[in-house]
Amino acid sequence: MATAPAILSDPPLPAGLGQGYHWPDAHGHFGPYGGLFVPETLMHPLAQLREAYEHYLGDPEFQAELDADLQDYVGRPSPIYHAQRWSRDLDGAQVYLKREDLNHTGAHKINNTIGQALLARRMGKTRIIAETGAGQHGVASATVAARLGLECVVYMGEVDVARQEANVYRMRLLGARVVSVKSGSRTLKDALNEAMRDWVTNVDDTFYIIGTVAGPHPYPAMVRDFQAVIGRESRAQMLARTGRLPDALVACVGGGSNAIGLFYPFIEDAGVAMYGIEAAGDGLATGRHAAPLNAGRPGVLHGNRTYLMEDANGQIIETHSISAGLDYPGVGPEHAWLKDSGRAHYDAITDAEALAAFHTLTRTEGIIPALESSHALAYAAKLAPTMRRDQSILVNLSGRGDKDMHTVATLEGLVL
Amino acid sequence: MSRIAERFASLRGRGRTALIPFVTAGDPHPSTTVPLMHAMVGAGADLIELGVPFSDPIADGPVIQRATERALARGVSLAHVLSMVRAFRAQDPDTPVVLMGYLNPIEVMGYERFAVAAQAAGVDGALVVDVPPEEGAELVAALRGRGLDLVYLLAPTSTPERIRLIGEVASGFVYYVAVKGVTGAGHLDLDAVAARVSTIKSAIPLPVGVGFGIKDAATAAAVAAVADAVIVGSAIVSRIEALEQTPEAIPGVIAEFLADLRAAIDAVDAG
Ligand SMILES: Cc1ncc(COP(=O)(O)O)c(C=O)c1O
Repeated sequence: MATAPAILSDPPLPAGLGQGYHWPDAHGHFGPYGGLFVPETLMHPLAQLREAYEHYLGDPEFQAELDADLQDYVGRPSPIYHAQRWSRDLDGAQVYLKREDLNHTGAHKINNTIGQALLARRMGKTRIIAETGAGQHGVASATVAARLGLECVVYMGEVDVARQEANVYRMRLLGARVVSVKSGSRTLKDALNEAMRDWVTNVDDTFYIIGTVAGPHPYPAMVRDFQAVIGRESRAQMLARTGRLPDALVACVGGGSNAIGLFYPFIEDAGVAMYGIEAAGDGLATGRHAAPLNAGRPGVLHGNRTYLMEDANGQIIETHSISAGLDYPGVGPEHAWLKDSGRAHYDAITDAEALAAFHTLTRTEGIIPALESSHALAYAAKLAPTMRRDQSILVNLSGRGDKDMHTVATLEGLVL
Repeated sequence: MSRIAERFASLRGRGRTALIPFVTAGDPHPSTTVPLMHAMVGAGADLIELGVPFSDPIADGPVIQRATERALARGVSLAHVLSMVRAFRAQDPDTPVVLMGYLNPIEVMGYERFAVAAQAAGVDGALVVDVPPEEGAELVAALRGRGLDLVYLLAPTSTPERIRLIGEVASGFVYYVAVKGVTGAGHLDLDAVAARVSTIKSAIPLPVGVGFGIKDAATAAAVAAVADAVIVGSAIVSRIEALEQTPEAIPGVIAEFLADLRAAIDAVDAG
């Protein structure tokens, strides 16, 4: 008698995820990573947030409201798409794309902002703040703020304001105040610093919507749980489509939210390899990159212990990436833990490789990807030819490239 | 008894409220700091808080952020700060020095190595802004092992349970952050501060310093009426910033400012 592959009978994992993997622990630690490294003023507000989050995580009414919004407002479930022409060209594994680029506002970021904004409203907060790099999280935050009638302030590094003009304008159209941050390296990390300062100052009425799986506990776990809808859908969709789980998952890693959102529901599926792709910028050897998991070491920044890009004295150093959304010197603590534990692999893709993949996908499949997502695509293009044609790779297409038209055109010497 | 505890005991004996100035080490130039520390002691500082520059100072407002950037532009590291303290200590064996900063530079140096080097340099304690008691056990152990105090912040948002928790691990003194906000921010609500300080004092048997938002003689005097120590940072650092081009004038100007604060505090202590 033929036995069906075990995977076929696996039901999609529930939101809580059972069995062996149970991180973070009660103190927000993922092994030695994560935790709560913040000034005393924020300790009690974080405890209140944790309590509210844990309460609503199990509240059917909250979950029903979230699910309805994800369906009707975001447009979920997002499809998976078999990139057949591209797969043929790569001559190896079949490449599938999880189409987060089709979400309202154009990226995965809104899965998380919807969740946190609903939580903010439940907690009686009237003002939300956010940090943003590429502007996608800022746009997603401004969007949900407009919809819920909440005041919204978005912090964005001066450098990013210049390279993501279109998104700055979108945020302003949506009624958000965009504050250009002029301290430090004037990019995402400094925007996060400034948002923390705002939060310390306005903690009574303000909810800080962090845009990735970084920050102090409970943010890394909470943002992961809101983004895990990506992996839950993907798991069911791949089973329905191919009758089995994908052999490999590939996602870009800035702070790591789209990657962990995809990975998390597959963590206990030992047969599914996971690849998180950082930005190698000009190349890891040049030092001009944003790849802490590949070329950094552990330290403490923005409320948690994780891999960082830092100098010999523990100062955080400037990062470089063609994509503003990956230009961050830290990474979510759960990725640090998945790296050390060997469950996921982390590699890096240069600006040039990402740009090539950007053009390839655009011309081959008629899909213009975000530059962030292009890092994952470039890695999949290396991985696929090393695998068999009956194997599959699922790439998280975390966002669309509309916001990057200006950057890409400038690189080609064009003025839009 | 630690140098900090000794200093507070002797101040209490004399009915004197401590004046604790904060400056960022190496701002605007590494050569400024040690002479400035001596000048501050001469003007009536009882303890000195020395800021260790860090690239991402999330608890600091624009004034101290810019000081940090000036020091970092000169390459000032934790090791440099320790050597400044060593130089200060060679002339002043009595005035306690507390390092104030963020964890990562200490994490990179290693807790044990930091504790050994800090003790050898003549540092008396550390206030690590982003290490709450929940994450501080190893750091406390390393510092205690070398006789160093770990000073903790308390905030307007600290619950009674948190005040108790911090009371269990803090030593030297505790630092009440008088406003919700970053350094240099805000407007002091003096009645609220007085009430909070008395709550803290009934829960923690350590001296209570109050800082954030003290900018002149009047606010210093008002805080002196309720606290064991008056901590002044941004008001000093902004004066340093104004003299960036003439650093030789810094010790004199800051000494004059502190003398004014000292006189106002002394008047409260005498009354
Ligand atoms: C499309 C897209 N993908 C990925 C990222 C990186 O963030 P994360 O690593 O949290 O998914 C961003 C961030 O702005 C983004 O806009």
